[in-house]
Amino acid sequence: MATVNPTIQSAGPAAGSRSFLSKLRDGDEIARLITFLFAASVVLITVLLVYELWISSALPRQKFGLHFFVTQVWDPVMDEYGALPFIYGTLVTSVVSLLLAVPLGIGASIFLAELAPPQISDTLQFFIDLLAAVPSVIYGLLGVFIVVPLMRTVIFPGLNKPLGFLPFFKGPSYGVGFLTAGIVMAIMVIPYIISVSREVLLSVPRDQREAALALGSTRWESTWKVVVPFAKTGIMGSIFLALARALGETMAVTMVIGNTPKISASLFAPGYSIAAVIANEFTEATGDLYLQSLIELGLVLFLLTFILNGLARLLIIVTTQKGSGVGNR
Amino acid sequence: MQASSKPGISVNIVTNTGIVAHGETAALPMRMTISKVNFYYGSKQILFDINMGIADKRVTALIGPSGCGKSTLLRAMNRMHETVHTSRLEGEIHLDGQNILAQDVTSLRRRVGMVFQRPNPFPKSIFDNVAYGLRINGIKGSTSEMVEKSLRRAALWEEVKDHLHKSAYELSGGQQQRLCIARALAVEPEVLLLDEPCSALDPISTAKIEELLVELKNLTTIAIVTHNMQQAARVSDFTAFVLTGQMIEFSPTPQLFTTPSDPRTEAYITGRFG
Repeated sequence: MATVNPTIQSAGPAAGSRSFLSKLRDGDEIARLITFLFAASVVLITVLLVYELWISSALPRQKFGLHFFVTQVWDPVMDEYGALPFIYGTLVTSVVSLLLAVPLGIGASIFLAELAPPQISDTLQFFIDLLAAVPSVIYGLLGVFIVVPLMRTVIFPGLNKPLGFLPFFKGPSYGVGFLTAGIVMAIMVIPYIISVSREVLLSVPRDQREAALALGSTRWESTWKVVVPFAKTGIMGSIFLALARALGETMAVTMVIGNTPKISASLFAPGYSIAAVIANEFTEATGDLYLQSLIELGLVLFLLTFILNGLARLLIIVTTQKGSGVGNR
Repeated sequence: MQASSKPGISVNIVTNTGIVAHGETAALPMRMTISKVNFYYGSKQILFDINMGIADKRVTALIGPSGCGKSTLLRAMNRMHETVHTSRLEGEIHLDGQNILAQDVTSLRRRVGMVFQRPNPFPKSIFDNVAYGLRINGIKGSTSEMVEKSLRRAALWEEVKDHLHKSAYELSGGQQQRLCIARALAVEPEVLLLDEPCSALDPISTAKIEELLVELKNLTTIAIVTHNMQQAARVSDFTAFVLTGQMIEFSPTPQLFTTPSDPRTEAYITGRFG
């Protein structure tokens, strides 16, 4: 903002001597002020949010301190609260969903942007945008009625038999659990990844493709070795958008994760996530410490999102220096 | 050079189909021949019955006003037009006597390289840009030696040898274009097509590239599209004048610019239109 003023003033000899009032009349100052307020509101809301969460979670912070982050107990009866099972559940389900959604989403976006005829690509994109707009409770129902039974009858036996020696695939399976939540969330975030990645791939300049083809690349070589690396930053952006969605997803996760505050290595075991526990227990949290512990969980989720977003930015900065097209041209 | 330095001596383009350029005859081997090419985008015809040849180890220029089809003709020579779905080509284009339209397109493009209007380096290091073609084509041998050789040929080596691993985007526009030429040369193409390679560059960079083209013709066969007539006069041995999709005149460059045989060519080179 500071750089705007000198350029305006140096625009003409008269500009410098113009009074604030005349600038106000011209509308420049008004436009500047109003848009500045709008931009500032983003910061303001963030600050307010953190402030409110911080103030309202004073009790558990005093009582548990940093132990809150490493305690596995969540016991409203004994009034003892720890965030670890929820942090674990949030991270595991998010990671599982990204592991499933990223290859699928990027693969689909490459097909839509590079290989499919434009009419098919545009038609499919319409359905993808539709999927992105479906409320999460609907995905939760899909999870309860389709993924959960499928989990018990097909996926668990299928994975447990050959891979049961690994701790991740140990039984028993109740249908609900980390993997189920991860699968449902993957279905939810795939449209985001496809939509954004497709847009980014389509915006890769044509001359990049032609340069690759003119050197004797096949269509696939030009896509995989030139177009996709060029779009790398934007594709990563789509993944982080999906991650943000997954971290905060509440409804669908609550319906299929099993709502059990326990840390288990097995992906078939039931668990809990931060967003789910807040939604489930907020209305029944009678004690002050109980309620404030839930609010502190909210703060933790905020922190988690903040840290992961920061890491994402860092990753983008590091990789763009190595050279992706976006921002360099 | 012998042919073009003496105006009046012209060429008999030796081809299977017997295309003859205007003028007297003196045999000169053709690397590529284009016979009876008609080209369409959808239902719109862009090129009409084009015949010409690209002489071996010479520079052939295609000139003409904007939208006359000269770039389309050039892009047909390595089948780059096929990236547009609605395009259709009739006629024959031969490379070393073989019809390129019947060949595998990726190996054809390796033999017929291309440099584009705007410098379009990959967002990779200078080294990786040049090495790209070597890698995808699985060319054996020392990559770094080949990269150095290509950069030297493109007259860029001295400027970049100390920072080969910097991003290609840190180079100036003219350097980027020479990098693109080096990248194309790395796979040792038999023919190099250049589509207005200097249109986005300043005069000094343009001069460097023109100088480079004259040197490169000892090494490879060059076809260049330009709407800069002086450039065509400076660098080329043969010039083809294209107007509204038709080949108006195809002659040795000195002849085309001094004694054009078609009044439309004369009108164009004297600046009456275009």
